[in-house]
Amino acid sequence: MASPSEAAAGSDGEAQAVFRGITDDVSRVALNPTPKWWWPAFGVSNLMLLCLVVSLYHLFTTGIGVWGNNNIQGWAWDITNFVFWIGIGHAGTLISAVLYLFRQDWRTSINRSAEAMTIFAVAAAGIFPIIHTGRPWFAWWMIPHPNDMGMWPQFRSPLMWDVFAISTYATTSILFWYMGMVPDLATLRDRAKERWKQVGYGLLALGWRGSARQWHRYERAYLILAALSTPLVLSVHSVVSFDFATSQNPGWHTTIFPPYFVAGAIFSGFAMVATLLVPLRHLCGLKHIIKESHIEAMCKIMIATGLMVGGAYGIEIFIAWYSGNAGEWFTFRNRVLGEYSWAYFAMVSCNVLVPQFFWIRKCRTNPWIVVGLCILINVGMWFERFVIIATSLARQAMPGMWGYFSPTRWDVLTFIGSFGLFFTLFLLFARFLPVIAMAEVKAVSPEAHAGKDHH
Amino acid sequence: MARFLFPEWTQPLKKYVITPALLVGPVYIVLMAALVKDPQTLRVGYMPEQPVPYSHALHAGEMGLDCRYCHNVVEQSAKAAVPPAATCMNCHQTVLPRSEKLLPVRQAFFENEPLRWVRVTDLPDYVFFNHSAHVTRGVGCETCHGRVDRMVRVWQAQPLTMQWCLDCHRNPEPNLREPANVTVMGYQPAAGEGAAVKARLKINPPTDCSTCHR
Ligand code: HEC
Ligand code: HEC
Ligand code: HEC
Ligand code: HEC
Ligand code: HEC
Repeated sequence: MASPSEAAAGSDGEAQAVFRGITDDVSRVALNPTPKWWWPAFGVSNLMLLCLVVSLYHLFTTGIGVWGNNNIQGWAWDITNFVFWIGIGHAGTLISAVLYLFRQDWRTSINRSAEAMTIFAVAAAGIFPIIHTGRPWFAWWMIPHPNDMGMWPQFRSPLMWDVFAISTYATTSILFWYMGMVPDLATLRDRAKERWKQVGYGLLALGWRGSARQWHRYERAYLILAALSTPLVLSVHSVVSFDFATSQNPGWHTTIFPPYFVAGAIFSGFAMVATLLVPLRHLCGLKHIIKESHIEAMCKIMIATGLMVGGAYGIEIFIAWYSGNAGEWFTFRNRVLGEYSWAYFAMVSCNVLVPQFFWIRKCRTNPWIVVGLCILINVGMWFERFVIIATSLARQAMPGMWGYFSPTRWDVLTFIGSFGLFFTLFLLFARFLPVIAMAEVKAVSPEAHAGKDHH
Repeated sequence: MARFLFPEWTQPLKKYVITPALLVGPVYIVLMAALVKDPQTLRVGYMPEQPVPYSHALHAGEMGLDCRYCHNVVEQSAKAAVPPAATCMNCHQTVLPRSEKLLPVRQAFFENEPLRWVRVTDLPDYVFFNHSAHVTRGVGCETCHGRVDRMVRVWQAQPLTMQWCLDCHRNPEPNLREPANVTVMGYQPAAGEGAAVKARLKINPPTDCSTCHR
C-alpha cells in the first residue's frame, strides 16, 4: 500500500482535489451536526438495548430457569445466538485481513465499517456463553490462573478452546480496527471546529502527525496485524464448530463442521455487512466511495458461500444415510421431517434459495432488494444454528431424552437485546468515528497511481 | 486553532506515571493476589471471642484430657461435636463452682439451654467433610487443627482451601500415623509409619469431585 502522502506527492492537482473530496465527505459524517435520521434509529436501538439490560437483570437475579432451556434441550437460543453473532463477525476479518493480503482494493471502502461490525458482533456474541453458565460472576475462572482450588480449566474441552479463540479474536480485531483508524482520527482532529472534539479526537489519534516515519511503521504494523488476523478467519469458527463436532451426539459429531461453519460464517457476515452498508451509504452520502460495484462484489461472495453451505447441507444428509449408522440417519431424518422441520425448511429456503437471486443483476443493484435478501439470509443463518442445536438434542438416544424447546419471553427479549447492543454500538460508530478508511481509499484510488509511476 | 497534539506537560506524565504504572501495576496485582488475598493470609489465625474463656491449653494441654473426652463422637460421625455444658459440669460442679467465668456454663446447664460457642473451623456448606473418615484412617487432629493443646483460645491453623484438602488426598503418606494416636499432640511418627499404615489400611483418598461435593 502506498501511503497517501507519498502518493499525493507524485500526483497532480486534480488528484489532490479528489483526495480532498474523499476527506470532506467522510469527515462530514463525523463532524457535521447529527443528521435527522440518526436520532430515531438511535432511540429504537436504545430501547432494544434496554430489553437486554432488563432481561439480564431478571436472568441474574432469578437464574437460567427463566429461559425455555430444559434438561433435554440444555442448549437452545443462548448458544444459537452466540454462534450466530460470532459468525457475523467473520466477514469483517475476511474483508480487512484476507482481502488486504490478496490486494483486493475494493475492500478499502468497506473494511472500516466491516471491522467495526466484527467487534460489535463479537461483543454481542460474548454475552451468551457467559450468561448461559448461570453464574456469570465466575466467568473469570475460565482464564487459567493458579488458584486455591488447585484446579485448572479443562484444556481438553473445546469449550475452553472457544474461550481462547474468541478472546484472541476480540483482541486482535480491536487492535486492528483501532490502529487502522489512527490516521483518520488525526484527520478528524485537524478538521474539528469545537475544542472538545479536537481534544477528544486528539487523544484517540495518539499524537499522529503523518510523518514518513509514522507512516512507515503504521504500514508495517498493519501488515503484521493483517497476517495475524488471517488465520483467525478460519480458526475461530472452526473452534466454535468443535463445540459440537467433538461431542458424541448424532447431528453434531460431524467432520464437515469446521469448513461448513466457516463458509456459513462468511456468508452471514457478508449479509450483515450489506444490510448495514447499503442504508449507510445512502444516509451518509457515501455512494461514490462505497460504490455499487462493491455491493455487487459482496453479493457474489454470498452466492459462492451460499452454495458451499447448501452443499454442506446435502453432504450431511448423504453421509448420515451412507454411513449406515442408524442413530445418525434417524437424527437427520428427524431434522428434516420431525417436529422442527419448519425450522429446517426456513433454513434451506433462506440460505440456499435466496442467494440464487443474486445471479440476477437487478437483485444486486437495487438497494431494497439487496437489503431484503440479506435480511432473509441472516434469518436463515440464525435458523441454521438453531436447527443444528435444537434438533440434535430433541431426539437423543433414549425416548426419555426426547423433548421440545419453546422460547420464553426472556429468550426473545435477550435476543432482541443483543441486536440492541449491536445497533447502538454501530450507530455510535457511524456517528462519531471515520466510517471509511480515508487514507486507504485514497491510496488505492486511481488518482494515486496517475502521473508518475510508483514502485 | 492549533491542532491538538499531546502538549508538553504530558511528557513527564508519560515518563513518571504511565510507564511506571504499566511496569509496576502487574507486579502489584500479582503480589496482592498471591500474598494478600491468599487464604493463608486471610483465614489462618482466625480467633473469635468465645462466650466462656475456656482454654484448651489448660484442659487438653496441662491437664492432659483426651480430645475424645469432649469431642466424643469424632470417631463415629462426620461431626466432631462440641460438648454440652453437662460435660463441663462433670468437673465444674466441684471445681471452681462459683467462678464468674463459668457462669454461662452453669446457666446453660441448669436452664437446659445450649451454650452458644462461636464456630472457628468452618467449611462452606457445599463441601462434604467427614471426621470419622479421617480420624479412623490415621490422620491426626493436629494435622488439620494445629497444636490445640497450646491454644488458650482456639484459632484456625490451616487455610482449609480445596487445594489444601487435595494436597493431602493426593499424597497422604507424610500425614498418616497409627489410628490409636490420632489425638496425641506433638506426635512424631516413626520412620515408615505412614507408609505402613497406608499399606495396612489400604488408604487411598479419592480426589474426584463427588467426594467432597455431593
Ligand atoms: C474439656 C473438653 C474439651 C477437650 C478435652 C477438648 N476440647 Fe476441643 N473444644 C471444646 C469446647 C467446649 C470447644 C468450643 C469452644 C472453643 O471453640 O474454644 C472446643 C473447640 C474445639 C475446636 C474448634 C471447633 C470450631 O469451632 O471450629 C477444635 C479444633 C478442638 N476443640 C479440638 C480439640 C482437640 C484437638 C482436642 C484434643 C487435643 C480437644 N479439642 C480437646 C472442648 C474440649
Ligand atoms: C476433668 C475436669 C474438667 C472438665 C471436664 C472441665 N474443666 Fe474447666 N477446669 C478444670 C480445672 C481443674 C480447672 C482449673 C482450676 C484452677 O485453676 O484452679 C478448670 C478451669 C476452667 C476455667 C477457668 C475458670 C476460672 O475462673 O479461672 C474455665 C473457664 C473452664 N474450666 C471452663 C470449662 C468448660 C467450658 C468446660 C466444658 C467444656 C470445662 N471447663 C470442663 C477442670 C475441668
Ligand atoms: C482432615 C482434617 C481434620 C482432622 C484430621 C480433624 N479435623 Fe476437625 N475439622 C476439620 C474440618 C475441615 C472442620 C470443619 C467442618 C465443617 O465445617 O463442616 C473440622 C471441625 C471440627 C470441630 C468443630 C465441630 C464440628 O464437628 O464441625 C471440632 C470440634 C473438631 N473439628 C475437632 C477435631 C478433633 C478432636 C479431631 C481429632 C480427633 C479432628 N477434629 C480431626 C478437619 C479435621
Ligand atoms: C492430612 C491429610 C488429609 C487432609 C488435609 C484431608 N483429607 Fe480427606 N481423607 C484423607 C484420608 C487419609 C482419607 C481416607 C482415605 C481412605 O479411607 O482410603 C480421607 C477421606 C476423605 C473423605 C471420605 C472419602 C470416602 O468416600 O471414603 C472425604 C469426604 C474427605 N476425605 C474430605 C476431605 C475434605 C473436604 C478435606 C478438606 C477440608 C480433606 N478431606 C482434607 C486425608 C486427608
Ligand atoms: C478433597 C475434597 C475436595 C475435592 C475432591 C474437590 N473439592 Fe472442590 N472444594 C473443596 C473445598 C474444601 C472447597 C472450599 C474451599 C474454600 O472455601 O476456599 C471447595 C471449593 C470448590 C469450588 C469453589 C466454589 C466457590 O464458590 O468458591 C469449586 C468450583 C470446586 N470446589 C470444584 C471442584 C471440582 C470441579 C472438583 C473435582 C475436580 C472438586 N471441587 C473436588 C473440596 C474438594
